[in-house]
Amino acid sequence: MGMMQLFGFGKATFSHGIHPPEYKAVTEQKSIRRLAFAPEMILPLSQHFGAPSIPVVHVGQEVVRGELVARADGFMSVPLHAPATGKIKSIGLMPTARGPKAPAIVLKLYSGVSQEVLYSSDQNIADMSQQAIIQAVKDTGMVGLGGASFPTHVKMTVPDGQKIEVVMANGCECEPYLTTDHRVMMEYSMDLFTGIRVAMQATGAGRAIIGIEDNKPDVIEALRKACPADGSVTVGVMKTKYPQGAEKMMIKALLGREVPSGGYPSAVGVSMYNVATLSQLGALLPQGHGLIERVITVSGPGIEKPGNYLVALGTPLRHVLEQLGFQGDARELIMGGPMMGVSVASLDVPVTKGVSGILVLTEESMSKQIPKKVWPCIRCAHCVQACPIHLNPSELGMLAAKRQYETMEKRYHLNDCFECGCCTYVCPSGIPLVQYFRIAKAINRENRERAAV
Amino acid sequence: MKLKEHRLKLQAAPLLKQSMTTGQTMRDVLLALLPATLAGLWYFGLGALLVLIASIAGAMLTEWLFSPAESRMQRLSDNTALLTGLLLGLTLPPALPLWMAFIGGAASIGLGKLIWGGMGQNLFNPALVGRAFLLATFPIAMTTWSPQSGPTEFFQIYASNLAAPFMQSVYDGISAATPLGLMKFEQQSTGLWALVSGNTSGCIGETSGLLLLLGGLYLLLRRDLDWRIPAGILGTVALFSTTLYIVDSTHYPGPLFSVFSGGLLLGAIFMATDPVTSPLTPRGTWIFAVGIGVLVVLIRAYGGFPEGVMYAILLMNAATPLIDRYTQPRVFGKGIKNP
Repeated sequence: MGMMQLFGFGKATFSHGIHPPEYKAVTEQKSIRRLAFAPEMILPLSQHFGAPSIPVVHVGQEVVRGELVARADGFMSVPLHAPATGKIKSIGLMPTARGPKAPAIVLKLYSGVSQEVLYSSDQNIADMSQQAIIQAVKDTGMVGLGGASFPTHVKMTVPDGQKIEVVMANGCECEPYLTTDHRVMMEYSMDLFTGIRVAMQATGAGRAIIGIEDNKPDVIEALRKACPADGSVTVGVMKTKYPQGAEKMMIKALLGREVPSGGYPSAVGVSMYNVATLSQLGALLPQGHGLIERVITVSGPGIEKPGNYLVALGTPLRHVLEQLGFQGDARELIMGGPMMGVSVASLDVPVTKGVSGILVLTEESMSKQIPKKVWPCIRCAHCVQACPIHLNPSELGMLAAKRQYETMEKRYHLNDCFECGCCTYVCPSGIPLVQYFRIAKAINRENRERAAV
Repeated sequence: MKLKEHRLKLQAAPLLKQSMTTGQTMRDVLLALLPATLAGLWYFGLGALLVLIASIAGAMLTEWLFSPAESRMQRLSDNTALLTGLLLGLTLPPALPLWMAFIGGAASIGLGKLIWGGMGQNLFNPALVGRAFLLATFPIAMTTWSPQSGPTEFFQIYASNLAAPFMQSVYDGISAATPLGLMKFEQQSTGLWALVSGNTSGCIGETSGLLLLLGGLYLLLRRDLDWRIPAGILGTVALFSTTLYIVDSTHYPGPLFSVFSGGLLLGAIFMATDPVTSPLTPRGTWIFAVGIGVLVVLIRAYGGFPEGVMYAILLMNAATPLIDRYTQPRVFGKGIKNP
C-alpha cells in the first residue's frame, strides 16, 4: 500500500514523478490491425539483452514463417525465428536504432504465399516442470516486450536463495502516446491470463497482480470481470503518473516494498513482466511457436493513420511509414515512447522485439518541446521533487558540468538513475540533465573497462 | 507515398518538456511584486519611484558592464538583474539619496552575484548583499524614515533624494519611526490595520502586508514558490514571539504585530525563497526557514537594530551548503527494511 492511500486518495502510487500530457486519446480506442508484410525484412541478431543469436541458415536458403533462423548463444541469449516465408538474401551489417551497424539476416519474401505459421509443436503447459517451461519460453525467443528486451526465461529463473511470491503483469503503459498494452489487455485478455499462469508456474509464485493505471477504466473493468474466482489473479489500480510503469515504482505502489538499490525485483519476492510479453507468451507457448510479430503503436503528429498495428518483426520503418502515411515536415522518428525512446537516424532500421511504438514528430511539434535556451541551474529543486529514485539531479547536473563523473557515482548515487527523464522534463532552465547522466555513466563505464585492461 | 532520402533529426529523449522556463519564473516574480510596489509608490510618492529606478539602473548597468560582450543582451533579458534591482529598491527608505540607491544596485549585482560566477552561483541573496552594503556604508541615510505623503503630495520629491554624490545629505526635520522602531525604543505598538494595509513608515515595498501576501499567493498558484519557506519563517516568528509576549508583553510585541511589521513578509515571501540561496530538499528547507524565523525574533528582541530580517536571511544563506550536505534525500532502495 502506498502512502497516498493512507491519506485517502485511494490510488496506489509512488512518491515524486511527473504528469506529462498523455496523447493517448488518438489511438487508445483503435483496435489492433495487421500491417501488410514488407517485401524485405531485416532481422538483427541482437534484438535482446545478452549475447547475439547465431545464424543457422545460409544465404539463398528458403525459410518458412516461424522457422528457426538463429539459435541462442548460451543462457543469456534467445533464438530468432523467420517472420515470413521467403529466401535468405544476405547475412551482414545493417543499420540499427542505436546507431552503429550490427549483424543481421535479411529475408526476401515470396509474394503470394499464404504466410501461415507451419512450425508448431503443441505442449500441455499444466503438466510441465519448472525447468521444462523455462526451456520452452526460451525456445519461443521471448524477451521483455515493454522495451528492455531482457530475455524472459532469464527473468523466470529464480536466483538461488530467493523465493518469488508474486508475479506482476505490468500494464501501466505510463509513456505518453503508447497504447499497445491498453489494446493488448482489451483484445488478448485470454492469452494474458494464460501467460500469467505460465509465469506463476515457472517461478512458483502463489498469486499474480495485473497493475494498471487509472487512465484505462475500460481495461480495469474488463480484466476484473475476467479474473479467476479463486483470487489468485487480481487487478491493482494505480494513479496515472510517470514513471509508474518502472518496475521499482510499481512494486512500491502496489506492495509497499522497495527493491534494494542495485538489486532486482526478485529480492523482494516479485517477478515482473510486461502484459504484452505475457499475452504473447500465452499465445505462443501452447503451440510451441516462436516470437515473429508484435503489436506496436504508431502515433504522433507526423503520421496520417495513427493506430495500433500487429507488425512482423523485421519490418523496416520505411515500410511502416509508407503504409501509414508520412506528413511532409516529419523530422524525428522515435522508437518507443517520447520519454525513454530512441531517436532513429535511418528509415532502414527495422521493428525489433523491444519496440513498443513508433512516434513521428514534426518540425513544428518538436520546436515546442526542445528548449531554445539553456539557463544556469538556479537550484529550484523541481528535479529533486520529480526524481522517482530520490536522487539530487540538480547537484548531479552541476557535477556533470564540471566533469566530476566519479563524484557523481560515489557520492550522489549516479548508478541508481534509470534514466526516466523526469528531471529533464521539469527543468525550467532547460538543462539536459538525464542526457548528461547517460554520458557520465558511459564515461565511468569506459574508465572502468580501461582500468581493468 | 515512396520515401527515398528523408532527412531525419536526432535528439536524445526525453522529447517532452513542461513549458515553464526560468525566464518565465522571473517574470512571474516581477508581476507578483507589482501590487506591493505600486502601493509603496502611492504611499511615498515620486521620490520612491526615483529610488527604485536608481537601484534598478545600478543593478542592470553593472550586469551589462561585467558581462561578456556577446551575452550582454541575453543576460539582461533574463530579468534577473531587473528583479534584484527592484527587490533591493523595495527594501530602501524612500528618502534615500539616489546615488546611494544606484551604488546599492551595483553592489547587489557586483558583490552579490557576479563575483561568485554569475547566475546560480552566489551564496547570498544579491539584493540583501546590496542592502547590507548600504547599511554598513551609509547607516544614517539607511535608517532615516519619512512619513507617508498624501496623494496630493505625490509629485513632491524628498530633498535628500537629490543629494549630490558623496556629500553629506541634508535631512529636513520631518522623519518618522517605523513600527518596529516605535516598538523597540518606545514600547509603542502600531494598529494591525495600519500594518496590513501599509499605512506606516518604512521601506518602500515592505509596508503593505496584504499586497505582499497577495503576491505570494500568485507565486504559489504558479508553482514558482516553495511554500515551506514562508510558512516555516512566519510560523516560527509567530510561535517564538508569542512565547516572548507571554513572558513580557510590554517589551515584546504579539505574534500578529511581529509577522506584519517590518520587512518580514517581503523577506519571507520574496527573498528567503530565492532558490539559488536556499536549500534543495524539503527537510533542508524547513531547517532553513525555522532558522530564519528564530534569528529574526532574536535580533529584533535582543539586537541593536529594530529589524533583523536581512541578517537572518543572510546568515541562513551562509548555512545553506551545510544544510544541503546533511539533508540529501534518502535514495530509493537504500537503507530500508521491507515489510
